[in-house]
Amino acid sequence: MSNAADTSVLRARGLRKEYGKGEGVVRAVDGVDLDIGAGETVAVMGPSGCGKSTLLHLLGGLDRPSDGEVWLNGRRIDDIGEKALARMRRTAVGFVFQAFHLMEELTAVENVELSALLAGRSPRAARRRAEELLEQVGLADRARFLPSALSGGQRQRVAVARALSNEPLVVLADEPTGNLDSAATLDVLQLFESLHESGQTLVVVTHDARIAATADRLISMRDGAFVDETRLTGGTTGRLGALIGLED
Amino acid sequence: MGRILLVGRLAVRDLRRRRTEAALLLIAIMAATTTLTLGLVLRDAASDPYQSTREATNGPDVVANVGRAAELSALKGLAGAPGVIDHSGPYPVTAAALQASGRTSDVQVVGRDAAPASVDQPELIKGGWVRDGGVVVEAAFANALDVRVGDPVTLDGRSFEVVGVAVTAAMPPYPKASCYLPCMSGAVSDNPDGAGLPPGLLHNPGLVWLTQADVRSLPPNPDSLAYVMNLKLADPDGAQAFVDANHGEQSGAVPMQPWENILEDATELAGDSQILLLIGAWLLGLLAVASLSVLVGGRMADQTRRVGLLKAVGGTPSLVAAVLLAEYVLVAVVAAAAGLAVGSLTAPLLTESSAGLVGSAGPPSMTMSTVGLVTAVALGVAVLATVVPVVRAARSSTVDALADSARPPRRIGWLIAISARLPVPLLLALRVAARRPRRVVLGVVSIVVTVSGIYVLLVLNAFLATQPLVGGYDDAQVEVLRHVLLVWTVVLLSLAAVNAIVITWATVLDNRHSSALARALGAAPREVSTALAAAQVLPALVGAILGVFPGGFALFAAINAITGGDSDRVTLPSLWQLLALVLGTVLVVAVLTAVPARLSSRRPVTETL
Repeated sequence: MSNAADTSVLRARGLRKEYGKGEGVVRAVDGVDLDIGAGETVAVMGPSGCGKSTLLHLLGGLDRPSDGEVWLNGRRIDDIGEKALARMRRTAVGFVFQAFHLMEELTAVENVELSALLAGRSPRAARRRAEELLEQVGLADRARFLPSALSGGQRQRVAVARALSNEPLVVLADEPTGNLDSAATLDVLQLFESLHESGQTLVVVTHDARIAATADRLISMRDGAFVDETRLTGGTTGRLGALIGLED
Repeated sequence: MGRILLVGRLAVRDLRRRRTEAALLLIAIMAATTTLTLGLVLRDAASDPYQSTREATNGPDVVANVGRAAELSALKGLAGAPGVIDHSGPYPVTAAALQASGRTSDVQVVGRDAAPASVDQPELIKGGWVRDGGVVVEAAFANALDVRVGDPVTLDGRSFEVVGVAVTAAMPPYPKASCYLPCMSGAVSDNPDGAGLPPGLLHNPGLVWLTQADVRSLPPNPDSLAYVMNLKLADPDGAQAFVDANHGEQSGAVPMQPWENILEDATELAGDSQILLLIGAWLLGLLAVASLSVLVGGRMADQTRRVGLLKAVGGTPSLVAAVLLAEYVLVAVVAAAAGLAVGSLTAPLLTESSAGLVGSAGPPSMTMSTVGLVTAVALGVAVLATVVPVVRAARSSTVDALADSARPPRRIGWLIAISARLPVPLLLALRVAARRPRRVVLGVVSIVVTVSGIYVLLVLNAFLATQPLVGGYDDAQVEVLRHVLLVWTVVLLSLAAVNAIVITWATVLDNRHSSALARALGAAPREVSTALAAAQVLPALVGAILGVFPGGFALFAAINAITGGDSDRVTLPSLWQLLALVLGTVLVVAVLTAVPARLSSRRPVTETL
């Protein structure tokens, strides 16, 4: 799929995920091959239930494949133990979920620093990094707010900051704008754009064509398999909102 | 009617759907109702053997005695007092040292006629009545001495033969026998460290009967004899009033004992057992409320969506509350019935008749007041533990409930700040605990109650181990009290174990999402499971320490105050025992919580998120 397989940050070969047994077996992911280079932004599109989220979980080590291989930064991760997988997730992968998944009892800054604390950073360093990230996502003034006091877009920006806390090799975003209104969607997309510009590797699963249009590469999925792949020339522009129809 | 049927059907269906939880609820309430039943049944059964003895011996309503022959006329005068319809005596009484079968004891010796008396004719259990050279031994005392009919004994060095063993209602059975005169004649040394005590010494004085002639010949000076007289009143229930009228406070008055006082002393063992069981029942009631609160809280979190559906199809808040409450009321009623059944079946083990009384307690009677009280307590426990979450669920927004939005967790800022400095498992554990402080408090209370109970058990067990040396109970009575303590121990530990598992299970359910998120962010499964277990172990440590002090000390002091016990006669647990108790509790909680915590960490992250 890619001629830069050896330099891939993320690579999958013959990836398969099945649920159920016998005649009732469901193939959520069916023989996927994928290479994602450093700094690349890849969008995965497809209708609901086509296996996009499952693919993302397999790539991030949240779930184990029924068959096939997943390599992260040159290391195979589909056959390693739970402990090693957890270590890999805390240092090399950042997740952004559709439902934000923030801890309701923690403030924005506490949510962001959580990943760093789990990775064993000192409380002071974790807090400093969290404050920097919140500033980066434009929420420095909301650092002491609980998630319930933040808008949907602000919550997702906190989630993105959290995903970046340990400077991961790749950020995996699962429908990051699925729960957001147009204005909040624009906020998050602009954030992703800045990540892209800073060289962050991104995989974004979405069923929204406007978001997919911002990626370097667009992969279409159906029934668990890739059916199309398009390299988008130029990627996003400085006028992202206009491109995706959110601004005039 | 249709509404009631609907409520009942929904409640039963939900209970059947969650059988394990229903069984845990049942066990929790049943533990309290069983112990309460035992306590109440014992209260009713306690007086039966004494009443049988009173009837069989034509027991006196009042026993009067004087310490010197010079006061004999005052005693005789009582026979003609208003209200007295019959009497026996006055009989001479003296103190002596008895030796038999290698055992030594102080005794008071009552001289009786060979002919039967109309009031207080002791009922023979074995052998015959007094004759010259023959001694009849009070039955409980004979048991303690291990003497039988035909055995030789000596009284102040003079030889006698045991000719009979009998019971009386005129005096509490050994070792509770009271003295008509200073009856410690010297068998027991006053030396506090026990030096020079004869081997096989019994510390409490016993009661024996001889002929009047033999009694008069025992002391060197006949003027040292005391005298006792048994009175029968026209109105036995007015015994205390008779004593008050004829005794008063004037000096030189004749000491008198109404039969109710003797009953109280004779049934002190059953009374002590009953007090222990009732205190145990209240402790278990507290534990049951704690476990129910957690169980109900956990179930309510699971039932959010069901509540939303009920409301969406037209259920009013009161209908929702009725459905939820009905489940727990049903379980409480079944638990009350089961507790009454198990309690009444096991009560005979704890109501064995004392050797010093005739008849047995028999199958304990189940009175309506017992049934009513046990059922009320079961319902009270259920309602107390459920009313807050039920009302909260009934008032919740239908839309929120349909969305299955969980109750927001609490935020305890300082604890979150402190936890940031700790290793990952403790960081997560403190945050898990901080999310539901009420549950942590319930967990601590549960352990405090359990450890306080165990502390008291240790004290009482050590006390019983010193019997009969310290005095108070004979071997058979010690055995009965050991049974009571065993019931306590088994039920207390079972319920505490149920509580630990239930609280962990509720915590695991409540933290499904945050645990999965922590794992998605890089926490290892072992770190998450250790955190969930540690969130139970840390409160358990606090609870265990508080359970020893002040919990155990306070509970023991309360029991002592209620039973009128003498705390100087007991040995408090040593420091190493208390340390072992605290560490043992923490270890047991760690083991009990490890399994659900580990199971939860195996659940795939993606399923939860």
